[in-house]
Amino acid sequence: MAANFDTLTALEAESIHIFREVAGEFERPVILFSGGKDSTVLLHLAVKAFWPAPLPFPVLHVDTGHNFQEVLDFRDRMVEKYSLRLHVASVEDYIADGRLEERPDGIRNPLQTVPLLDAISEHRFDAVFGGGRRDEERSRAKERIFSLRNAFGQWDPKKQRPELWNLYNGRHSPGEHVRVFPLSNWTELDIWRYIARDNVELCPIYYAHDREVYQRDGMWLAPGPWGGPRSNETLESRSVRYRTVGDGSTTGAVLSDASDNFAILAEVAASRLTERGATRGDDRVSEAAMEDRKREGYF
Amino acid sequence: MSDLLRLATAGSVDDGKSTLVGRLLYDTKSVLADQIDAVTRASVDRGLSTPDLSLLVDGLRAEREQGITIDVAYRYFATPQRSFVLADTPGHVQYTRNTVSGASTAQLVILLVDARKGVIEQTRRHAAVMALLGVPKLVLAVNKIDLVEDPAAVFGQICDEFNALTAALGWGPDDVQEIPVSALFGDNIASRSERTPYYTGPSLIEHLEAVPVDAEPHNVGLRFPVQYVIRPRTADYPDYRGYAGQVAAGEVRTGDEIVVLPAGIRSTVTKIDTADGELDHAEAGRSVTLLLADDIDISRGDVIASPSDAPDAIDDFEATVCVLAEKPLRPGARLLLKQGTKTTQAIVGSIIERFDEQELTADPDPGTLSLNEIGRIHIRVAEPIVADNYRVNRHTGSFLLIDPSSGNTLAAGLVGDALSAVEIGERGVPT
Repeated sequence: MAANFDTLTALEAESIHIFREVAGEFERPVILFSGGKDSTVLLHLAVKAFWPAPLPFPVLHVDTGHNFQEVLDFRDRMVEKYSLRLHVASVEDYIADGRLEERPDGIRNPLQTVPLLDAISEHRFDAVFGGGRRDEERSRAKERIFSLRNAFGQWDPKKQRPELWNLYNGRHSPGEHVRVFPLSNWTELDIWRYIARDNVELCPIYYAHDREVYQRDGMWLAPGPWGGPRSNETLESRSVRYRTVGDGSTTGAVLSDASDNFAILAEVAASRLTERGATRGDDRVSEAAMEDRKREGYF
Repeated sequence: MSDLLRLATAGSVDDGKSTLVGRLLYDTKSVLADQIDAVTRASVDRGLSTPDLSLLVDGLRAEREQGITIDVAYRYFATPQRSFVLADTPGHVQYTRNTVSGASTAQLVILLVDARKGVIEQTRRHAAVMALLGVPKLVLAVNKIDLVEDPAAVFGQICDEFNALTAALGWGPDDVQEIPVSALFGDNIASRSERTPYYTGPSLIEHLEAVPVDAEPHNVGLRFPVQYVIRPRTADYPDYRGYAGQVAAGEVRTGDEIVVLPAGIRSTVTKIDTADGELDHAEAGRSVTLLLADDIDISRGDVIASPSDAPDAIDDFEATVCVLAEKPLRPGARLLLKQGTKTTQAIVGSIIERFDEQELTADPDPGTLSLNEIGRIHIRVAEPIVADNYRVNRHTGSFLLIDPSSGNTLAAGLVGDALSAVEIGERGVPT
């Protein structure tokens, strides 16, 4: 049945192998879960890797406080469906008690780093799964599948361990942790093909729906506690969907009528914009915005 | 044939590797408008009149500052025929370890040379490394062919020299394809160029789409390193005990007799499980869970294999290693060895020889092996490993040497000849 062994099967087998390596070698792994499509596929693969046993790790949600309600509802539904143990690291709490300060632009994505690193050290997590893909961005293309982070959570691209064959070196000292990226070799299109093939349940904001939105810097933003619309911006009802799920202050919607997986697949395959270029404001900051944030401990 | 091809690039610095990779992405429409916009903006900022495609791939600050590739990066592109995962590796001599990393999983390597320079030291070094790593197929991309006086003669001469080299290193004529290209202008990348009438072969992408590559050579029976034991202990599955792993070689069928190594205990496969349901067989590359007829003590690090050609459990063997870290490899060093799903303590015995990749000769008793050097060593492990010779299987014959104090990966290793195999005892206990 070699004909059956297609790209998606090969990618799935590789991801499952990575989950099992971590389960075999680390003491306290955790899966980062944002409710987005990549972390939903990540969770789906993790559950498959250990079936029929329950998932042997908890999940961690870094909540910026600027989430879409649909995303929080979806998170709670997944926790229930897979009987997960959920930890939440809340940016809102950090701002409330003064450990973090709101940025002038109101964007909270960069503020996630501190609560994330605190949660990692508080729970002594030694392996942290993330849904990062190397095709997302140039500096992510340089990321190893097992990526050692120091006690400050920092990534040093020049000191990465070489990674050979499918032998992953997870050795780390106390205080250090390893970020693990089982979706490294998947592309955005692979993710959508897999979602369609495996009928993976996604957060509903990925599918076209009517929503009140306004335009800012060429992006369609939804109103929310992050401020907007301003006086010069007007709310309009549009048929939209989201290509990524992130902080509401900086994640834009795209105009779309694609309301099922196959319509979205067709749309993604024909798109001339990357998901991040289209809808993520925070990557527009500079030529190396992602690398700079990763050096600080961001995913 | 899988529709996923894993490939790597190699070549010297400034021979246009990043431009070639940028061109491959561009010509397969794997680059989207906003990425092109970003590159165009950055190129204008640098005073260039045309977009510099190498900026599509050189992602790190330091790389963009210096205009070179420092670290291996992975790129993805697809055509209607195939999907490609490409390891884009740096060319500098001091980054040979990254070339080794990128090529370790590659089924094909594109080796670039500059037509004006031909086969140089770094080409010979890289070809020798690819030969050691057992890369099945090579492409020689003779780049900047538009910049030489008599391209037909230059191309012919470079091919002759390269063929002599690859033949000496063990590749057959069908395993090597030479293509004259201009990465800058796209000649013979996506389509055949009219500017190279002396060349009648396929374009680079045509060749990559068509080249036959097996996932892994099928010259050994089942090899299934046990990764993890799945024991749900739930109401629905109170007695379930499955051995999870990825088939490293061969294939497994329900009903097959197997042997568990190094213990040597035999049993039968009763079920091949996945979350999507049972399979009647699983081939190399599949991640599955095996259930056996007998209740045996099996744990991570054990290997389930076919009894008819079971691999040896070895504790004393020769290996070829490439040093990947600043710390040199010395006789007597106490390290960790990770092979398959097993990690055990190891002691480096003698350093038998160091390879000179230039002269394709060996320098006996070199004392130590330093960063980027490749040599043959003698090694002993505390617990036997179940391994094949690397020449027989890349997955079951490869290992890492790890520094127990820093945790760094010190060397990549290829299992060579066993000096002594561990006897598999009557009751399956190694003697």
